[in-house]
Amino acid sequence: MAPSHAEPSVAGPSYLDAERGLWSWLTTRDHKRIGVMFLAVLLLMFLLGGVFALALRVELLTPGETVMGRLAYNRAFTVHGVVMVWLFLIPSIPTAFGNFLLPLMIGARDVAFPRLNLASFYLYMLGAVMTLWGVFQGGVDTGWTFYTPYSTVTGREVMPVLLGVFVVGFSTILTGINFITTVHTMRAPGVTWMKVPLFVWALYGTSIIQVLATPVLGMVLMLVALERVAGAGLFDPSRGGDPLLYQHLFWFYSHPAVYIMVLPGMGVISETVCAFSRKRPFSYRVIVWSTVGISFVGFLTWGHHMFVSGQSTFGAGAFSVLSMLVAIFTAMKIFTWLGTMYRGSLWVSTPFTYVLGFIFLLFFGGMSGVAVAVTSADLHWHDTYFVVAHFHFIMVGASLMAFLAALHYWFPKMFGRMYPEGMGIGTAVLIIFGFIATFLPQFLLGNLGMPRRYADYPEAFQPLHVASTAGASLLGFGFLIVAVYLGWSLRHGRAAGRNPWGSEGYEWLSDSPPPEFNFHAPPRFPRPPHDYANPGANTEVEHAA
Amino acid sequence: MSDLMRRILFLPEAASSLAPRVDRLHFFIIGTTFVVGAGIGLTGLFFLVRYRRGRAPAQEPTMAAPTWMEAAFAGVPLAFFLLWGALGFQDYVWARTPPRDALDVYVTGKQWMWKFAYPDGPGMVGVLHVPTGTPVRLLLTSRDVIHSFYVPAFRLKMDALPGRYTEVWFEAVMPGRYRVFCAEYCGLDHSRMRAEVVALEPAAFESWRARQLAQPTWVADEYSGEEGTRGPLARRGAVVATRQGCFQCHTIDGTPHIGPSWLGLYGREEPLASGDSVRADVAYLTESMMDPLAKVVAGYAPVMPSFHGRLSAGEVGALVEYIKSLQPERPEPPPAQEPTYGPLPR
Repeated sequence: MAPSHAEPSVAGPSYLDAERGLWSWLTTRDHKRIGVMFLAVLLLMFLLGGVFALALRVELLTPGETVMGRLAYNRAFTVHGVVMVWLFLIPSIPTAFGNFLLPLMIGARDVAFPRLNLASFYLYMLGAVMTLWGVFQGGVDTGWTFYTPYSTVTGREVMPVLLGVFVVGFSTILTGINFITTVHTMRAPGVTWMKVPLFVWALYGTSIIQVLATPVLGMVLMLVALERVAGAGLFDPSRGGDPLLYQHLFWFYSHPAVYIMVLPGMGVISETVCAFSRKRPFSYRVIVWSTVGISFVGFLTWGHHMFVSGQSTFGAGAFSVLSMLVAIFTAMKIFTWLGTMYRGSLWVSTPFTYVLGFIFLLFFGGMSGVAVAVTSADLHWHDTYFVVAHFHFIMVGASLMAFLAALHYWFPKMFGRMYPEGMGIGTAVLIIFGFIATFLPQFLLGNLGMPRRYADYPEAFQPLHVASTAGASLLGFGFLIVAVYLGWSLRHGRAAGRNPWGSEGYEWLSDSPPPEFNFHAPPRFPRPPHDYANPGANTEVEHAA
Repeated sequence: MSDLMRRILFLPEAASSLAPRVDRLHFFIIGTTFVVGAGIGLTGLFFLVRYRRGRAPAQEPTMAAPTWMEAAFAGVPLAFFLLWGALGFQDYVWARTPPRDALDVYVTGKQWMWKFAYPDGPGMVGVLHVPTGTPVRLLLTSRDVIHSFYVPAFRLKMDALPGRYTEVWFEAVMPGRYRVFCAEYCGLDHSRMRAEVVALEPAAFESWRARQLAQPTWVADEYSGEEGTRGPLARRGAVVATRQGCFQCHTIDGTPHIGPSWLGLYGREEPLASGDSVRADVAYLTESMMDPLAKVVAGYAPVMPSFHGRLSAGEVGALVEYIKSLQPERPEPPPAQEPTYGPLPR
């Protein structure tokens, strides 16, 4: 049973009650409120992207036209991709959980630039509104990658979407700068670099990628806009441009962006594995240095998206090897998580169920990534459903599982309430099963030769599509259940108490939900996070006296 | 064994000399993945049972990975990955180095069809005939956006880029008809941009080819049954212009007549009666044929009739191509050369 430190909260109102009214939320500079606002908007985006995902799966149930025409299909997969990638996955864990937890986890009162933090929320909102306006005004049919020259010649509403994503990019950069500064300058006394919680390390690595890579994305989106409006001729060969230039620039950002999505998830897993094994990490330094390694090597692998594009043969070989290095860091993490479980005291809770799903799915997502990074194998798999399945394993199997793990693990911290645990575990199993049923057939479809982004396909592909669609409906149903019981728990869940999981993470030292400035008194962290040998060694000043 | 694996993994038949090479590595990677994946899954399950809270022995709080184990975490997978990378790269280099005696075929991707042409002879839309047991080198390009030529049964894929040539080669090992897909998203009918490779025994291929050469129908499907339809598209444009009476108002020697002369028209910035100006590009020329009064060039009377419904899409294309070809001073084209092998200039 969980050790519960549910002492009656005597000191001060929580951040939720500190001020009241909509206006106090909209103008807040409290990182926790900003995190919660992000969370709410992100869940909406996830819903939107998910509805389109199901629509796509229904369309693909039969060859030929099932429920929508080809133009509608092309627009629908674009909406799904744009919303899921740019408006959900990239900001998801850093902006919602990072904002909420990062200061708590290093014993700070807030982030370094609270106003900038609020500005990054509004920039995100502005970008999201612009993007969605474009998407629903005329529809976009370029896919989320906006490949030129198609994106410069299609007659659809590409401009607002390009500009919207550009603006969202600014939000990402600001969040990154904020986090980096916060980690450097605001750690509580005693929190040395090698005592920084692993989730914070993951956010730090992510922020570095965000700050360094996102400007390249912004630039290339501007170039596409320039090409569309002014006919700049950068990508149009008839004006002396290079159609491949776009792909190089785009993937120079967008490959590291995969790690913007996955690294924070890995951080979540590192935290939760320790908490539910009641053990310190098997190797703290492996997790830290592999995080740093991923954020560095992630920049050197973009060419593996272009093995069949006409890039030089030697270049393909070099990018192939460099891509292997990223996989190594991921493998090291997986082994370390397993090692952490070894001889622990495992508590099978909802977050931990997602952790187990995450580790298993990340393994197959990562290995299929290695497979497509093998140059000759990619000749067959490139741009087929194998790749679709691969990146969904990474982005959904890893990022989304981690998001759900984070949501369940920190839900009590954020809202001070518990959710029905049996329901949570059951749904987690359903979601993992639905996920495998959705995407495993897509690997096989890719083997069979089904290219991606197809509204229509030869009949031979149908059985696997039917299986995939069936899995997707299970998956959608699972998310629905999560939404219902978490929504219910917000109001009616039983009070969580300060530390319902008995975790030694620094953030659990504060109340649940935390007070306005995170701690009642300055915290003291003499022991590393996740140190279960000395429970209760980390305290606030007043308790220590 | 190989066939069984292929069936389990849903791989299509292996119909090229490249396919077995790709598949072998595929089986190696997938096999290793499943063995290790099962290992990880079972280890996780075992831990879950063995170290379940309550059943677990007293915890070992100081346990940490020894350095050799950390090194093994990195070293063992790295060895596997590099091995795969090296084996794969070997095959990849092979797949991208056409033999010198390969038969050349020019492949043009276009929204939304594949066109094939041999250097000396017939061209086809949607069907590529090749002999088995003979290396075939494809020289790919695109007329509009990026396409990707994909033959699953050959494990072969290469992008076709506008303004560039890419090359790839294959050798079909058994006669048959193989599906060609476009694998790079290219717009509305991307999913219907399909074609077929018909692999014939060398003798059957030669007789097919002899028939084609005896009865050449250039780009046969599009212009059948018209006089003067062989040869460049621009020549067809001239025929269409004569038949439609374009020369009653337009000249091709630069003299203005009832309408602007076509000489040097293409790409020129034309002042309009409305005060604006317009570049005479494909879009404007097409618009002028369909809706001539929309943008009348300054100095000319708005008298041109609409040709909407009187010109087929192919005829419009031919006319535009013809107008494009009428440039006052054109540099001499470089002398024709035999196709050369080796890396193409990029």
